[in-house]
Amino acid sequence: MTATGYAPGRTLPLRVEFVRQFRRRRTMVMFGLLAALPWILVVAFQFGPNNNRNGNGLRISDLAMEGGLNFAAFALSVSASFLLMVAVALFCGDTVASEANWSSLRYLLAAPIPRDRLLRQKLIVALTYSAAAVTVVPVMAVLAGTLAFGWNDVRVPGTGEVIAALDVLPKFGIVILYAMVTNLVVASLAFLLSVSTDSPLGAVGGAVGLVIVSTILQAVEALGGLREFLPTFWNTAWLDALAPVPDYSGMIKGTAIAVTYAAVLLAFAFRRFRRKDVVS
Amino acid sequence: MTFRGGRRGLAVLAAVLVAVAGIIWIAWPSDGLPQGQDVVIPVVDGPADDQKVLIDASYFPPEGGGRAPAVLLGHGFGGSKTSVREQAGQLAEQGYAVLTWSARGFGRSTGEIALNSPDYEVKDVRQLIDWLAKKPEVLLDADGDPRVGMAGGSYGGAIALMTAAYDARVDAIAPSITWYDLADALFPEASGAGPATGVFKKMWAGIFFSAGGSGLNPASQADGLARLLNGSTGQPAPAGVTPDQAQCGRFLPAICAVYQQIAATGKATPEAVDLLRRSSPVSVQGRIKVPSLIIQGQRDSLFPLGHADLNAKAIAATGAPVEVAWIAGGHDGGDAEADFVFAQTLNWFDAHLKKDGAATGQGFTVSRDGGRDPGTRQNVLLHAEGESYPGLGGTVTTNLDLLGPDQEVATPPGGSPAAISSVPGLSGLLGGGAGGGGSAGASLDLPGQVAVFQTRPLDRTLTVTGSPTAEIKVYGEGEVTLFAKLYDAASGQLAVLPGGLAAPLRVAATPTGTPVTVTLPAIDRRVEAGHVLRLAITTTDMAYALPAQPSVHRVGLASTTLTMPVDSGLAAPAQGPAWWTWAFPLVSVLAAAVILLTGRPRRAAVAPDPALAEVPLQITGLTKRYKNGHKAVDELSFRVEKGQVLGLLGPNGAGKTTTMRMMMGLIHPDGGEIRIFGEKVVPGSPVLSRLGSFVEGAGFLPHLSGRDNLKLYWQATGRPEGDAHLEEALEIAGLGAAVERAVRTYSQGMRQRLAIAQAMLGLPDLLVLDEPTNGLDPPQIAEMRRVLKAYATEGRTVIVSSHLLGEVEQTCSHAVVMHRGRLVSAGPVAELLRRGELNGSTRLEDVFLDLIGENA
Repeated sequence: MTATGYAPGRTLPLRVEFVRQFRRRRTMVMFGLLAALPWILVVAFQFGPNNNRNGNGLRISDLAMEGGLNFAAFALSVSASFLLMVAVALFCGDTVASEANWSSLRYLLAAPIPRDRLLRQKLIVALTYSAAAVTVVPVMAVLAGTLAFGWNDVRVPGTGEVIAALDVLPKFGIVILYAMVTNLVVASLAFLLSVSTDSPLGAVGGAVGLVIVSTILQAVEALGGLREFLPTFWNTAWLDALAPVPDYSGMIKGTAIAVTYAAVLLAFAFRRFRRKDVVS
Repeated sequence: MTFRGGRRGLAVLAAVLVAVAGIIWIAWPSDGLPQGQDVVIPVVDGPADDQKVLIDASYFPPEGGGRAPAVLLGHGFGGSKTSVREQAGQLAEQGYAVLTWSARGFGRSTGEIALNSPDYEVKDVRQLIDWLAKKPEVLLDADGDPRVGMAGGSYGGAIALMTAAYDARVDAIAPSITWYDLADALFPEASGAGPATGVFKKMWAGIFFSAGGSGLNPASQADGLARLLNGSTGQPAPAGVTPDQAQCGRFLPAICAVYQQIAATGKATPEAVDLLRRSSPVSVQGRIKVPSLIIQGQRDSLFPLGHADLNAKAIAATGAPVEVAWIAGGHDGGDAEADFVFAQTLNWFDAHLKKDGAATGQGFTVSRDGGRDPGTRQNVLLHAEGESYPGLGGTVTTNLDLLGPDQEVATPPGGSPAAISSVPGLSGLLGGGAGGGGSAGASLDLPGQVAVFQTRPLDRTLTVTGSPTAEIKVYGEGEVTLFAKLYDAASGQLAVLPGGLAAPLRVAATPTGTPVTVTLPAIDRRVEAGHVLRLAITTTDMAYALPAQPSVHRVGLASTTLTMPVDSGLAAPAQGPAWWTWAFPLVSVLAAAVILLTGRPRRAAVAPDPALAEVPLQITGLTKRYKNGHKAVDELSFRVEKGQVLGLLGPNGAGKTTTMRMMMGLIHPDGGEIRIFGEKVVPGSPVLSRLGSFVEGAGFLPHLSGRDNLKLYWQATGRPEGDAHLEEALEIAGLGAAVERAVRTYSQGMRQRLAIAQAMLGLPDLLVLDEPTNGLDPPQIAEMRRVLKAYATEGRTVIVSSHLLGEVEQTCSHAVVMHRGRLVSAGPVAELLRRGELNGSTRLEDVFLDLIGENA
């Protein structure tokens, strides 16, 4: 017999977990930073010397001032490799470890919230926050870039070809989705570490550390084709989607790798948490 | 390190070692290729079979033993047997007896270069075949007739073709980037007039002949070889260079003389054409009857694709099987596709020499630009395949309209400045060097020297495979040299000249206009929709000999039709995603499922014990052993009845907190069980909803206020808001206005009271409190005692752990005394005190010390 009104399936509603996490300074600061970044970049471009407009080179950074969408692509390219990854590691690595750190985890478990359900709800909320973090940069960048440089068609890095803005918008959606998918590896590793440790910093730092190691290994040419299976190898493949002739094969491979790592890491996280003695 | 931790550490270490070893094993370079044996083979050649030549050769016995087919591997112009050592080793590894040799006049072989003449080089190679027939490792078709194939690029490809024509013992050939008609290669003419009126390809001819002449001291090396053979040592005498040698290098004097003449005049003499053609497959049409794999390069202004076309046609006419492949590179650079060429050649010999039933490729293979590999960011090539080779006219043709008025073009005096389409040997510098099939570098036409005719933008993508043709008219007086090029142009981009190829023409202009049908260079190119094709007729090209006299002519269109050949049978193999893109996620998800399913705690649904349904807590044989082997709780059994306030009493480390954690389902017992209201406690047991707990300190979200913490906690239980009794709980906490402040600002005592209030939310039937009065001041302690006593009166039960005896004495009705994880005593507090009375003291402290055996 249970207490009246108790049902395991109704414990820790997502709404409650969202509120619990949202009111945290950490969440606010991270979103503030991500939302401010495009504006900072706009200001930097406005003040910087304006000598890059001779049409040579045509790197993605040279084209940032072409228009809002070009600027968004640039903002994403500079933030995707590290900043967004740190944000994702933060949301997913901190979620369980900080509860353990505050000792609130044991009261949630004794409420009782079934362990699998607690983890599931926390994972959904952490991934949602991560997805929001990945989305906020390009969306804010389109806004800031459009206000600063106008709503223009996209010029492609390298060849300098022009694609109509409205044709690119759906591709931007794909790019954002892909950025989310590639960050799944970081998310799931951070989550696994979060379940394993009482230290939020350890979980976040551990996941970021893995990404750094993977990036370093990626630079070792001697590994040859093996590098394709590093979790970070395909992180920039989204650039191919913005080419005049989009090539999705890199993104497909990147998705496959991300899903492969994420599924196993998450499975380990759940298995570990089920068997764990919660002593903190 | 404990035993368990050590085992896990070892397992992790082993896994890492296995992974590292695997990576090293995959990445480790394989052992070296077979090294050949150097041999010197004396041969006799010349028109009268009287010239003795020593051929420097390397023999690679087949790996695997037994008798194997042989392959003769020729080298390119200017190279030697060492240029093909690697391919020879690879072929030997694949089970072929391989003989490489330096052709006469090259490397350390003696003799002079005769350009693959039937009287010289062909005779040499026939004797190499004789030599092969005597090797015990070589498979024989008949006595003195080895099973032999020939392969090689350029100069080495031509000798394969020539030998196959003159020696019936050759069983299959795979020549690449070589010529059909050397005269036509040096004096091309795109209207079909033949080499006699062709335009001299001066830069390539110069490079070609200087490569043969570069050994300025031809005698010394060859002498060294002769000495080596005779066993004599001693320094070679510094041979002087005669004027002839300086002029002709290692060329046969007759050939040298012809070259001097044509290079000086820029015109082909009949003798020159005859001589060059004797060294060309064009002179042996119908005599090459063996299976032939003809490989030609798309970036090759020396031997363009047309040569392969004619070779293929001539051989196919005899009924022999022929396959054609157009690779991306060629004499002008680009990707020579060494691996692809080797694989195709090996496949061809497997099918036609080993005759092991290996399927050969398709009749026609074209290397095309496959974009960039998303991983390596390098250009990749796709190999489009068609069942049969259609020739340069395509299987179908598409006609496009050319537009443009008649235009004046000037021939500059002295032929300078000249347009650039390809620079032999340097084309890579003009860009597009690493491009895929059909891509090309930039090209430069000079204003005033060019007439331009253009199509309308294409309304759909068109892939040209073969030689486009156009008809022009040339107005004026006298003979004019023209170069026709077909550009792929798009607005905003540099126009691309596929392959960097131009078609030279020599036209006798007339005032009424001389019509000329121009066969443009064969290409394979995908022209995107929206692009235009631009026919440019220029008067100059840097790579060719140009007339010195200035002139002006008018060029117009004889017909507006530009005929584009298309091979509808060519199809790139489907580039499905790599197998692992679907296999890895699938395996991973399966592995995840296994990890989750095997990790499920074995929870044979324990039926609730109806007899205990009214018993708040029964603990039976409870044991918990920590990882270091220490037994925190050891065979603990006791029972709590409704309405009791039970004191769990024991010194620090007695196992009180561990027991409470097990009650909450936080840690897994090693033995025994806990039943709350008859239901066994496991992590997340629903019955825990009837338990309120406060163990080892408060646990709050520091950024939220006390009230929000309690509210969110209750919402997290998912139970109806009305059941919470939030205000009553807050009253017990007694925080006043502080309840709206963030918890991080609270004192220890405030947190403690809030945590007890949280434990009482929903008025649970069983309340478990760990050291609840710790950190409270005396009035608060008194209040807490009152609250706990009152709480238990309504049929509810309270368990309080403490190491303070006075606490228990004043609050609890019953007590359980633990020491070192074991139960020492259990019963009503009054009974405990009565026991003390027997021992002479009614103070609980004495009783306690007595119980735990410290009161000795």
